[in-house]
Amino acid sequence: MTVRPTPTVAFSPPRALLDAGGIDPRWSRVVDVPGSPSRSWHLLDNGGTLEAEPVGTLLCVHGNPTWSYLWRRVVAAGARAERPWRVIAVDQLEMGFSERTGQTHRLADRVADLGALTDSLGLQGPVVTVGHDWGGLVSLGWAIDHPDLLVGLVLTNTAVYQPVDEPVPPVLRLAMAPAVRPLGTVTTPAFLETTLAIAHPGLDPVVVDGFRAPYRSAARRDGIGGFVADIPAAADHPSRPELERIARGTAQLEVPALLLWGPRDPVFTARHLRDLRERLPHADVHRFEGAGHLVVEDRDVAGAVLRWLDVRGLGEGADQVPASTVVEAPYRPLGATLTERSDDDSTAIVELGADARRASWRALAARTDELARGLAAYEIAAGDRVALLVPPGVDLTAILYACLRLGAVVVVADAGLGVRGLTRAVRAAEPTVVIGIERALVAARSLRWAPTLISAGPLRPGVRRALGVAASLDDVAALGRSWEEELPWPAPDEDAAILFTSGSTGPAKGVVYTHRRLAAIRDAVGTTYGIGPDSPLVAAFAPFVLLGPALGAPSVSPDMDVTAPGTLTASALAEAVRAIDGAVVFASPAALANAVRTGDGLREADRAALAGVRLFLSAGAPVRPGLLEQAVALMPNAQAHTPYGMTESLLVSDVSLDELRAVGGGNGVCVGRPVAAARLAISALAPDGRAIGAPSTAPGVTGEVLVSAPHVKERYDALWLTQEASARDAGWHRTGDVGHLDAEGRLWIEGRLAHVLATSAGPVTPVGLESLAQSVDGVRAAAVVGVGPAGTQQVVVVVETDEPATVLAEPVLAEAVRDVLRPTRVAAVLVTAALPTDVRHNSKVDRTRVGTWAEKVLAGRRARL
Amino acid sequence: MTRILVTGASGMLGRGVAARLVADGHDVRTLQRRASGVATDVRGSVTDPAAVAEAVHDREAVVHLAAKAAITGPLAEYVEVNVRGTERVLTAAAAAGVRRFVHVSSPSVAHLGTSLAGAGAGPADPDRARGHYARTKAAAELIALAADEPGGMRVVVVRPHVVWGPGDTQLVGRVVDRARSGRLPVLGAGAALIDTTYVDNAVDALVAALHADDSACGEPYVVTNGEPRPVLELLRGICSASGVPTPRRHVPAAAARAVGGLLDLAWARLPLDGEPPLTRFTAEQLSTAHWFDQRRTREALGWTPAVTIEEGLVRLASWTAAERDTRVP
Repeated sequence: MTVRPTPTVAFSPPRALLDAGGIDPRWSRVVDVPGSPSRSWHLLDNGGTLEAEPVGTLLCVHGNPTWSYLWRRVVAAGARAERPWRVIAVDQLEMGFSERTGQTHRLADRVADLGALTDSLGLQGPVVTVGHDWGGLVSLGWAIDHPDLLVGLVLTNTAVYQPVDEPVPPVLRLAMAPAVRPLGTVTTPAFLETTLAIAHPGLDPVVVDGFRAPYRSAARRDGIGGFVADIPAAADHPSRPELERIARGTAQLEVPALLLWGPRDPVFTARHLRDLRERLPHADVHRFEGAGHLVVEDRDVAGAVLRWLDVRGLGEGADQVPASTVVEAPYRPLGATLTERSDDDSTAIVELGADARRASWRALAARTDELARGLAAYEIAAGDRVALLVPPGVDLTAILYACLRLGAVVVVADAGLGVRGLTRAVRAAEPTVVIGIERALVAARSLRWAPTLISAGPLRPGVRRALGVAASLDDVAALGRSWEEELPWPAPDEDAAILFTSGSTGPAKGVVYTHRRLAAIRDAVGTTYGIGPDSPLVAAFAPFVLLGPALGAPSVSPDMDVTAPGTLTASALAEAVRAIDGAVVFASPAALANAVRTGDGLREADRAALAGVRLFLSAGAPVRPGLLEQAVALMPNAQAHTPYGMTESLLVSDVSLDELRAVGGGNGVCVGRPVAAARLAISALAPDGRAIGAPSTAPGVTGEVLVSAPHVKERYDALWLTQEASARDAGWHRTGDVGHLDAEGRLWIEGRLAHVLATSAGPVTPVGLESLAQSVDGVRAAAVVGVGPAGTQQVVVVVETDEPATVLAEPVLAEAVRDVLRPTRVAAVLVTAALPTDVRHNSKVDRTRVGTWAEKVLAGRRARL
Repeated sequence: MTRILVTGASGMLGRGVAARLVADGHDVRTLQRRASGVATDVRGSVTDPAAVAEAVHDREAVVHLAAKAAITGPLAEYVEVNVRGTERVLTAAAAAGVRRFVHVSSPSVAHLGTSLAGAGAGPADPDRARGHYARTKAAAELIALAADEPGGMRVVVVRPHVVWGPGDTQLVGRVVDRARSGRLPVLGAGAALIDTTYVDNAVDALVAALHADDSACGEPYVVTNGEPRPVLELLRGICSASGVPTPRRHVPAAAARAVGGLLDLAWARLPLDGEPPLTRFTAEQLSTAHWFDQRRTREALGWTPAVTIEEGLVRLASWTAAERDTRVP
């Protein structure tokens, strides 16, 4: 039995509640909307408090069970001095402090009610709607009905469509069950409390009180139950027609759209985001990794919205944003060589180890073509995302080039991220298909990485059934052989691949490359190092294994575990060189180090083979010149080079060992000059450590390193804000590294921007000081970190020594470190037995962790590193 | 030449300020109970209205250092000297036509016992500062700031933090005494970062406050060397410059604070002589970070420390050696 509450008109929340929420009491209004019957609304409206004429209006609609309180920070942010926005955040009827009418409001009523309100307010354009949860649906309904006013829309964790054949999420299904609903939503505040409890991080108690305030009694919560009952999950639900009208209308909307998403939401999931992106394919998307359903509380949504309005040029008097400039270089697809050499019987690729294989260009081209056709036959289309979890070798090369040929977007995640990191990364990329070896498929199925699984090799029948694997690559190829339809090449500016950052500073970010940009990577590598058909390639470093076929160079991976570079032995390297008469060797410093360590066991034939190498590159992490010298001893006729780059621009600059010898020491690590087609610039640091300078090539100025090249990433994946920040200087990518250019145009890396110390004497960068500290006797490694607030930070040196007795360095060591770092003033020298390093590279010191530890220790607290 | 009064000129810092002002060619008078030995003395206490009136007569500027700075004692004595005394000197100075009043305060007036890292000069808090000294100095500082009068007597408040140097009986004296008798423990790891001020720098800062622009008035400034160091490193430095054994005994910081608290009670309730071996305040001071943001201070006072901690320790060591030589018959 439900008791309908007595109608009550709208009223303003208590002053103390507004104050505690940072809400200007002048924003809180009660508006009577005439009609039969008339309705009274409560809303937050900053219109009366703006100091300048607003450039437009944001119309914010909350969902269930919140109220306009959710938008308080947007209302405040809109009231800025320059280009202010009027922000109107309504409390829907039966909700918040708006009228309790005692009536049931269907979706269509809610859309109409909102229109009646904006009519009565005399709202004029331009308007950008902003919605959360079911308020997103209502705001879209309003948007579709007001095309003359609408200039943009923002949606946060919402959905426009609930297909009747798919189950609603379990959490809601429970709340919707007729027996449970009144109890869960009205009689007890369980639904409200659950919503508030799933914020990430947890809500401030003051904010929790703010959300609870209008829903203190069962009578005042009746609207929450009514809202849940109006979710049109069934085909015959009275609100179904309106839902379908809005779903169809949304797909017709062409105004700029922004989707801000908290992925940790049990109600609105990745599926709902995908549906929205399909309806609004032009939308800018930012997933706030780690945020949940209450993303508006969890993250700075207000800042994101205003930033977006400015960047997209919305509102009156805004400058129109020029279309992004497309790089106009001659385009040749990454896989063009495979097509060109499809009747060449010479060796293209060699796989060593237990299952040694050799594939000719003809065989590789045929396999690639069959797989591309087979994937098409399996209805995998251009633009679909395909995650590849296959170790380097013939299979990976063939499937990679097959996807590129088809136009499917390859998602290449690195096992080095760990299972958690890998899961987060792959799920963020939302692949349709995972292609992997058995171990990867087990994880993919149990951790729900993708709906469809394809195995890279044959599986035992039981495993195949248990995992629900759709096919093997051999099945795909077989199907492809009989698939005769035309296979168009993808357009150069379509997405081609998603790679991931190391995740050493927060969750790994997806980095999108288009076909044109991938092709530019090939050209940069080919031109910089003169690699082509005459320079067989030995690749012991994952990303470059895949470039061989693109460059037309025969390639081989040595017999080693590519996920553990330290397993490369000198004889395995020699074997690989011998297998293809290798001229060029790519390896990570860890792999090189192990090859050097095991060099004594080489036979004469091995030595002779290694003497044929003309060039080797140490890539992936900083390398000690000493190690390069030792590697040259192993490959006596080779030029040693070390490229500098990152996931967002795999090749930025390059330096040879000869040049390193010639330049000697300096502030930081010399990484040489920009590679072919790349340009470098520096954005100088402000005293507080932020990189604010305009791009400049002035020598000797320390700042953030900027790179411009045709092979830089297209964008970050579903990280609109991150992309905006990294590309805020038109044509440049901000690397997040700091360094300077010398008078010769060489780049010196001084550390990460996030690790710059903001001292009262100005910014201090860590790398140069660390190498000085490492020159002190007994110091194995050092980390330079800052403690205290930005602008007045103190320099702390943490050194790794044998068997430290206490956390504080003994006087002799402290003095030696202070002496060698002069004139930089050091507040404290701490010691540890082992500095933490980051997961993926095992060579970069985790300065953030060291800094947090030092901060605690030097505050007089106990802490473990 | 300016006519200046320095109160409390018998301590290391006060004597240093008076001597510097004399050397700079000013007409300097001092007010304290003992002879200063550096300038014209009015012998007396800030608790004596007649002595105060005599001292401020015809002065253009005042540097007010006189205070009861002991670690223990009845509250009434602190109130009388630190609060009423300051009030008395301020009132008399304003009446005598003084234009610039430099009030010497302490960072402890705003220190609530928590760790301070890169802190600014927070507001003085007489209710929550730790111990009689800090609370009464907090009250005095608020009175001094309230007396700042644009167009009339301008007040600058300077809070030097842990001043040390040759002849220092507060920090150096106590550390040396305890180290000599093996009673100097290290609390915790001894890693808490502590700001200190070499005496010559504190003198410079107070002189700078006399000349600072009017725009600097009406505000408190923490003054330090701007070189925080782990507390153990400082203690080692002072011990080795003073020729006494360096501390070895580590005591858990929490235990030290607890013991300090008990001894505070014992000294408050029982008729015990001298200072307790450890107070809770001292334990907190020695086991939590307290270092400060010096940017605003340096800009407002137009001052930077001239003597580094390293150089200060060298000077302390040569002073110790000279003292030892003079004691040898």
